[in-house]
Amino acid sequence: MFRNLLFPALASLAFVSCENRSDVEIANEENILIIGNSNEPKGLDPHLVSGVLESNIIRALFEGLCVEDPAKDSTSLPGAALTWAPSDDFTEWIFNLNPEAKWSDGVPVTAVDFVFSYKRLLSPDPNWPAEYSEMLYFLKNGEAYNRSHFGHILCGNDPDFPLDWETLKKANFEGERSLKLENFVGKKFSDLKEIDLKKLKPYLKEDETIDLAKITAEKVDLKNLSETEKRIFCNAKGIDKLSKEQLQSLKSDSSLVTWTDVVPEEVRQIVLDRLIGHHEAGKPNLWEEAQVGVTAVDDFTLKITLRGPVPFLPEITKHYTWYPVPKHIVLRYGKINTAFSSQWTRPGNLVSNGPFKLKTWRTNHFLEVEKNPHYWDRDQVDLNGIRYLPIKNYYTETRMFGDGQLHMTYTVPSELIPMAKKKYPDQLRQEPYVGVRFIRVNTRKEPLNNPNFRRALATSIDQKAICEKILLGGQKPASGIVPPFGEYKVPGLIQFDPEKARALLKESGYSTDSKFSEIKLLTTNSESGLREAEALQEMWKQQLGIKVRIVQREWTTYLQKQYDADYDLCVAGWIGDYLDPTTFLEMWVADGGNNNTGWGSKEFENLLTKAENTADVAARMDVLSQAEKTILADTPVLPIYWYTTNYLIRPEVKNWNPLLLNNHPFKFVKIEK
Amino acid sequence: MLKIILSRVIQTIVVVFVLVTFVFFAVRAIPGNPFASDKATSAEEEAALKAYYGLDKPLPVQYVNYWKNILVDGDFGDSLAMKGRKVSTLISESFPVSLKLGVISLILGMLIGIPLGIVAALFHNRWQDYLAMVVAMAGICVVAFVLGPIFQISIAAPLDWFNVAGWSRTSDIILPSITLCFGVAAYLARLTRGGMLDVLSQDYIRTAHAKGVPTLQIIVKHAIRPALMPAVTFLGPAFAAIITGSFVVETIFLVPGMGQYFVLGIQSKDYNLVLGLVLFYGILMGIANLLSDIALIFMDPKLRTA
Repeated sequence: MFRNLLFPALASLAFVSCENRSDVEIANEENILIIGNSNEPKGLDPHLVSGVLESNIIRALFEGLCVEDPAKDSTSLPGAALTWAPSDDFTEWIFNLNPEAKWSDGVPVTAVDFVFSYKRLLSPDPNWPAEYSEMLYFLKNGEAYNRSHFGHILCGNDPDFPLDWETLKKANFEGERSLKLENFVGKKFSDLKEIDLKKLKPYLKEDETIDLAKITAEKVDLKNLSETEKRIFCNAKGIDKLSKEQLQSLKSDSSLVTWTDVVPEEVRQIVLDRLIGHHEAGKPNLWEEAQVGVTAVDDFTLKITLRGPVPFLPEITKHYTWYPVPKHIVLRYGKINTAFSSQWTRPGNLVSNGPFKLKTWRTNHFLEVEKNPHYWDRDQVDLNGIRYLPIKNYYTETRMFGDGQLHMTYTVPSELIPMAKKKYPDQLRQEPYVGVRFIRVNTRKEPLNNPNFRRALATSIDQKAICEKILLGGQKPASGIVPPFGEYKVPGLIQFDPEKARALLKESGYSTDSKFSEIKLLTTNSESGLREAEALQEMWKQQLGIKVRIVQREWTTYLQKQYDADYDLCVAGWIGDYLDPTTFLEMWVADGGNNNTGWGSKEFENLLTKAENTADVAARMDVLSQAEKTILADTPVLPIYWYTTNYLIRPEVKNWNPLLLNNHPFKFVKIEK
Repeated sequence: MLKIILSRVIQTIVVVFVLVTFVFFAVRAIPGNPFASDKATSAEEEAALKAYYGLDKPLPVQYVNYWKNILVDGDFGDSLAMKGRKVSTLISESFPVSLKLGVISLILGMLIGIPLGIVAALFHNRWQDYLAMVVAMAGICVVAFVLGPIFQISIAAPLDWFNVAGWSRTSDIILPSITLCFGVAAYLARLTRGGMLDVLSQDYIRTAHAKGVPTLQIIVKHAIRPALMPAVTFLGPAFAAIITGSFVVETIFLVPGMGQYFVLGIQSKDYNLVLGLVLFYGILMGIANLLSDIALIFMDPKLRTA
């Protein structure tokens, strides 16, 4: 059995290569950069990924309207667009595309590609699983199109409509926020808890009960429901989400849904007729009617209209969600929104417009890109290629760096930082990175629903000790949820202050002896996650005498528990997508997908809306700073520290400078010989 | 002979069927969601994803569909964690790597373990025996995640022509296969020693000694074959296990093998990947057991009549 296996095995053992040069030495000669990239990329479709490691590859392959400056933050260089100019109020931008810009197959990159890309990312089809479409909500009507807000599209966009949208939108188009039918699935009315009953109360007559199974069924026929059930169903769904039949029933009694008094009956009928007409026509999408703020004026002129003033738009176009995808290639391998089954990103098929094109992609082995010969600025590109290694084990990665197998590591584990400081003093880089580590607080639960209690927890975290004794990576204690950068003034409300923490605890009416159910701290099953959680646990015990139990769950369960609000406290992090405080603030709107704390504040949201409509940069920053103050005063999140990046880089790699977003433009990187 | 093979094949089919059925329901019972992501997914998106992967249907329907897809279309489904990639592609890409690494480690393990066991048995209760068993015990106890880094630091780093990790040079296979072979070698040494001791105390060996046959000839001609039977029994399952890769060795040495998928599959609740691996591993295990059974029949004439 073994004889026929033995020979090839021995032969291959004997045939050990005698290459004495290290990988980096060979790569230097070939002018190829080798970098550690943490893991196997989930995909290369810029519209379907959300991770940092994927963005590192996509940034080499594709290019947005503007490109990062290799050394300066908040600076934009020409990319696919040669020049750009905003209108006076920053709501309209004209991008003049570079006529020389080509896809890697030689086809020119046109404004049509951009319109196609934005239409693709915003596809309202529920089968389109893009996680990052809200990055395009900056576009006028982008959100309305993506979320199928029929009322807004069919009535609000029509200049001849008898009622202006500002008035009309007060009607319940999008559904009652607090009234989610999902929460009632499979429940009986008699078993409902106080918190759920409260939401239904305004609709119920005294002692009235309803059949929850009826309103949560897959297909609801309004005719079979009681008056109250109809009202609850229609208001929970909102006019936009009702089916054709349900809208028709609504026509006979429009008062089943909340319109407010300012919408007269005849306007209601017109709205319903338009929606019914749309459903009857069976139109698959509303792109034309939605008038999303992106138009190709001609092949090389792109006009972008925004929902409000965005003075920092060039900054945003550097994010990969704003990159173009090749219309001709995407459509060759599927429809506009064919998601994972499309083969257009596989090696051999993928065509890109950036400085590099895809050469090899072997699962869990390596991914290599090579210089794109059709790239408009090819003379600037010095590297012949980049090899990304999916090194999951960061200890191995550091050893590989030491052995001359990598130009650059993805990170350095905190345990190895003291060693790296000694062994590689000139190669170790520790740079600020716009990200924040914080603790989500489930404000629905006692005693965490008490702001003073939350504040007490926040001010008893010795952030400095966590940064300097555990992390060792130069992280900074976080006084808020927005890390410091540019012109933004950090309100700096949260500081370690055990005296104050104890006073706050007293104020909250709770004490160490109070009876409340044990507080659990949710974290991931990583080694570093545990160390951090243990430190927090000890700090709260020491400063406040509050005992907290650590619950570790692996990644997907950890995430799911947060979405299900099945936690008390949860350690989490957030990394900025672009250099503006809104990237850290917008997630905290009530019912925001990433809020998960149950916290919400009208004042906070009004300030965000105010900022959205403020064109003056300084004034806008002030408003945002105020918004952050509002959230910190209520403390549904406990900030811990602001991120840094720690990595090792070889001295021959040039033009790799500290950048707050850590999005380094590969086209400027050089290997010095 | 044919009967044995046939009954083994049927046994394997039954075992794999039961195994897949059990895992199918067990893996869906563990908490977590394959579509959870650090960016929030809306309820509609999640529903659409579930529908796309057929996870919206009742469990029994999903179960029937799973078998139908395999038996009718030969389709093991799409990976839920590595979207856009088929489970069959993931396995067929990574299995050759693991097979190569596994076979080399297994051969190394046999070359080290079997002689070690024989020596230990021949010098029973003397220092050679103790030394061999200490080495074997260490091989079982010192796990790969300790051994791997030790090799990386003390062998690869100082030697120019060795890489710390990777899978691009021919020499890259040496360190991971040495790391992997230790466990096998250790078990083999202990089993061979036990088998050898057992055989050496048999009457026919004493008879051979009495007839004046040289010791070396007794061992090579009469003792080794029956003494290796416990080791061969072990080699079957060990073979199936080692050629399907090892998570630890693969992540330490950056080997693109299939061992890491066992862990990834469970961690990310990738139901299809887990089931595909279980099915594949189950069949391999059946084949490996069959091969070791056949080998045993050749080694022991008594089994042929049984």
